[in-house]
Amino acid sequence: MTALLEPFAIVGRVFLLALAEIGQLARFTATTISHIVRPPIYWKLLLKQMLQIGYFSLPVVGLTALFTGAALAQQIFVGGSRFNAESVVPGVVVIAIVRELGPVLGGLMVAGRVSSAMAAELGTMRVTEQIDALTTLSTDPFKYLVVPRVLASLITLPLLVLVANIVGVLGGYLIGTERLGLNAGTYLKVTVDFLEQSDVVSSMVKAAVFGFFIALMGSYHGYNSSGGAQGVGKATTNAVVSAFIMILLSNLIITVIVFGT
Amino acid sequence: MTENTPMIELRDVKKSFGPKDVLCGLNLHVDRGESLVIIGGSGTGKSVMLKCILGLLKPDHGEIFVDGRDVVQMSNSERKKVLTQFGMLFQGAALFDSMRVWENVAFGLIQGQGMNRKDAHEIAIEKLRRVGLSPDVGDLGPSELSGGMQKRVGLARAIASEPEIIFFDEPTTGLDPIMADVINDLIVECVTDLGATTLSITHDMASARKIADRIAMIYKGEIIWDGPTSTIDTSGNDYVEQFIHGRADGPIQMEILKP
Repeated sequence: MTALLEPFAIVGRVFLLALAEIGQLARFTATTISHIVRPPIYWKLLLKQMLQIGYFSLPVVGLTALFTGAALAQQIFVGGSRFNAESVVPGVVVIAIVRELGPVLGGLMVAGRVSSAMAAELGTMRVTEQIDALTTLSTDPFKYLVVPRVLASLITLPLLVLVANIVGVLGGYLIGTERLGLNAGTYLKVTVDFLEQSDVVSSMVKAAVFGFFIALMGSYHGYNSSGGAQGVGKATTNAVVSAFIMILLSNLIITVIVFGT
Repeated sequence: MTENTPMIELRDVKKSFGPKDVLCGLNLHVDRGESLVIIGGSGTGKSVMLKCILGLLKPDHGEIFVDGRDVVQMSNSERKKVLTQFGMLFQGAALFDSMRVWENVAFGLIQGQGMNRKDAHEIAIEKLRRVGLSPDVGDLGPSELSGGMQKRVGLARAIASEPEIIFFDEPTTGLDPIMADVINDLIVECVTDLGATTLSITHDMASARKIADRIAMIYKGEIIWDGPTSTIDTSGNDYVEQFIHGRADGPIQMEILKP
């Protein structure tokens, strides 16, 4: 009889573990937010993290956007030419980049770079007792470690995505005018005509949300890691995977809310 | 508080992790200015006890008083104030590897007390000298130091803010016997200088004999013996006897499978 019930027991255990994890994450998020709204904020650490997350991510985000924008223009040109509709290239490129690809690809690239680094750094600090040491030196680890990371990511991601959007459109423009023979002036005019304010706003909102999740997942997994080198490795992997999933999921939700009707 | 209130007092403290009971009704007191060393094997709850006192872990049951005030029920801001009285030397030194050595030593002064960097730097160099390190060590990174030097920097950091209570978590583990004795001497000197109350956990008997006024033995989450250092050899307690002589046979059975 017990052998028969074993599959149900496994389902139950997994479900309980998942609930415990969600509860722990919710508590971590609530603590983080409560520390963000209560002074003091370590401004110097915030600036350092903004530099780390924002400035040093520019090359990878810029290149991603440039190549994606160019490839997108090429594909749309090929697809559009079947209906003699090559002129849609600038419009579709700018909408696709600003609404979806800029924030999502930018977010994913930054998550790969930043969530992993945060999880590894905080995880190592956890297993070598540096986080406990902070507490004994009357410094709150949330204020000192987590808040600067989450705030910096929340602030810099929209800026990064803004750059990604511009560079992405530039990629489409370059391949459109240099290779596909589209008129440069017309290209820019169509781009500007197609773009609406709501596109840019939703893009920035998405970026801020992604930025929050990138740093939250990196900090959460690092802060709660255990079990030496292997534990830190696991924390790093989990941070990146969960940041990716949170980005894609929240992107879907925001897209449905903003453009669904 | 009056002179008679113990500096640290634990009453019936219990803590479990899942099904595993780590602390099972632990009672302990450390008097003002006293140096108490807790001995006990690995996994007997020594570190968990320290973390409960520091508020890094919350006990499931029981009361913990520091300077007569219950720290378990305290709000975070009150606990932060209490923590300013503490210094702690961690087992692995736990130096911040993103900072230079002197910044590590000065951390509590700069972040905790809001001292300016110039004054804090001076104090840090002074404390480094106190533990036998030259000022130029202050500009190195923690990873450039040997294990013994890291421990000494950890000690300098623990005493930098001149705390009233200092915890030592296995201060000599992982060091050679000579460096271990150097650390022991430094601990005794620094503690005497500050007049601090100290609580140490160790399984190194040489270290315990040197730094303790009083020794207590922890086994399976309870204090099973406690007395002045001079009486440790005549305790008449089988568990203590087995531990201080390091015998595999005796009432304490390690949880290992016999071949």
